Amino acid sequence: MTGIGGRLFDIGHMDAIAAGNSPMHRLDPRAKLTATLAFIVAVVSFDKYAISALIPFFIFPIAQISLGGLPAGYLFKKVILVSPFAVLIGIFNPMLDREVLLQIGSFHVSGGWVSFCSILVRFFLTVTAALTLIASTGFHAVCVALVKIGVPRPFVVQLMFLYRYLFVLTDEAARMVRAVSLKTFNGGVRFKTFASMTGHLLLRTLDRAQRIHMAMRCRGFDGRIRVLRSMEVGWSGAMFVVCWSVLFLIFRIYNIPKIIGGIITGFF
Amino acid sequence: MSHHIVEVEDLHYTYPDGTAGLNGMSFRILHGESVALVGANGAGKSTLLLHLNGYLSPGRGKVRIGDHPLSPKNLKIIRRTVGMVFQDPDDQLFMPTVFDDVAFGPLNLGLAEKDVEEIVQKSLEIVGVADLKKRPPYKLSGGEKRSVAIATVLAMSPDILVMDEPTASLDPRSRSRLIALLKTFHHTKIIATHDLDMAMEMCERTIVLHQGKITADGPTLKIFQDETLLAQSGLEKPLKMQGCPICNP
Repeated sequence: MTGIGGRLFDIGHMDAIAAGNSPMHRLDPRAKLTATLAFIVAVVSFDKYAISALIPFFIFPIAQISLGGLPAGYLFKKVILVSPFAVLIGIFNPMLDREVLLQIGSFHVSGGWVSFCSILVRFFLTVTAALTLIASTGFHAVCVALVKIGVPRPFVVQLMFLYRYLFVLTDEAARMVRAVSLKTFNGGVRFKTFASMTGHLLLRTLDRAQRIHMAMRCRGFDGRIRVLRSMEVGWSGAMFVVCWSVLFLIFRIYNIPKIIGGIITGFF
Repeated sequence: MSHHIVEVEDLHYTYPDGTAGLNGMSFRILHGESVALVGANGAGKSTLLLHLNGYLSPGRGKVRIGDHPLSPKNLKIIRRTVGMVFQDPDDQLFMPTVFDDVAFGPLNLGLAEKDVEEIVQKSLEIVGVADLKKRPPYKLSGGEKRSVAIATVLAMSPDILVMDEPTASLDPRSRSRLIALLKTFHHTKIIATHDLDMAMEMCERTIVLHQGKITADGPTLKIFQDETLLAQSGLEKPLKMQGCPICNP
């Protein structure tokens, strides 16, 4: 039964990683957040057939992982875990877009395959960047940084609650799955059982939400979550944002691999 | 000090689905008293507690906390006066770290940041878990969660503590530690519980509930000796008062 409770949602491990003390960890969360947002915007702003121009962007997650001493293998596994979403988004491109973009001998590569690859590369870059951000900062600090840079509080509060109760919810779901599997002898859960389980989980969640709301009201909640935490703007943070943003801009404007390729082929 | 008094008069409550919760209850709890609310499952303990902090409003009858009758206008002050410790600490610890959780109430009260830090530290020290300050609540043990939940309530400096099954799902050691801790509090305490041994140790007065009504209200020892009354209310004598099966078979 480690399926749900154990492997998929061991996000708690991320907090343990985020408690480290490297130059990356010590950096102002707002700086990391802003740089990551700039990175994501730059990566997704390319046109749909871009692949080579995206390659230089790998330097950002690689730099973060090596500077922060983050476990690359663990993060990679997490990225692979969510990759089906990206694959689903792009899987029909090769069928819809059959225009030949590239020809190597008798081998034709259609535009669909190129854009599919582009989607995968972008997915890989952005998700890795987001995960390294959380792994070097901690989810909560990211939330506080979101508030500080002006993201509306209701969104951030939603995120905080999602993170807090994800563990409780998965626990509850795992217990339910265990209870069902102990009473299921022919293996597998029937659709009807599954539907009723999800329904129950929803009802329990609503109940819990009501109790949490009550607990919050008891302690004077008035719709505004106040968090005590000051963040100081430091030189290191500002430099971090500026340097990376400039680099992203250069990568965005110039296709570095193409230029390097041009230089090399010109040379020979 | 009339503001520590809890007064309930002819309290009725019916749930929206038609289930009767409370069928006419009256009592008066004085300043500094420690009162156990006991009764079988579904006797109305939790429903009663939810009235004491104004989460449910009476169908009929009156609730009065200190000088303030329960009304929407007084809710804020009543919720500050009555600190409620919920049965499931997971419901009560909703912030990302223990510190934020304990600071939640004081910050909502509009206290200065420096004072809040002090209050948080003090509240955590009282319950003996100051070292957990930076931990996320989901990583704590059951006993630790309970202690932090109590700290979150203490941080609001309530006059009256209302607790729903404080010893439920605690291991024996954590349970006795909690009882020792609660004994040090000088608040007016109202404790709904199935743990009659704890009730005997902590509360000089006991109110027995059965089907939404009070069947007895008096000194704890006297009530727990009345076997017919306990049986009628779906209860049994506390283990401490039952003979030892090994010494006296």
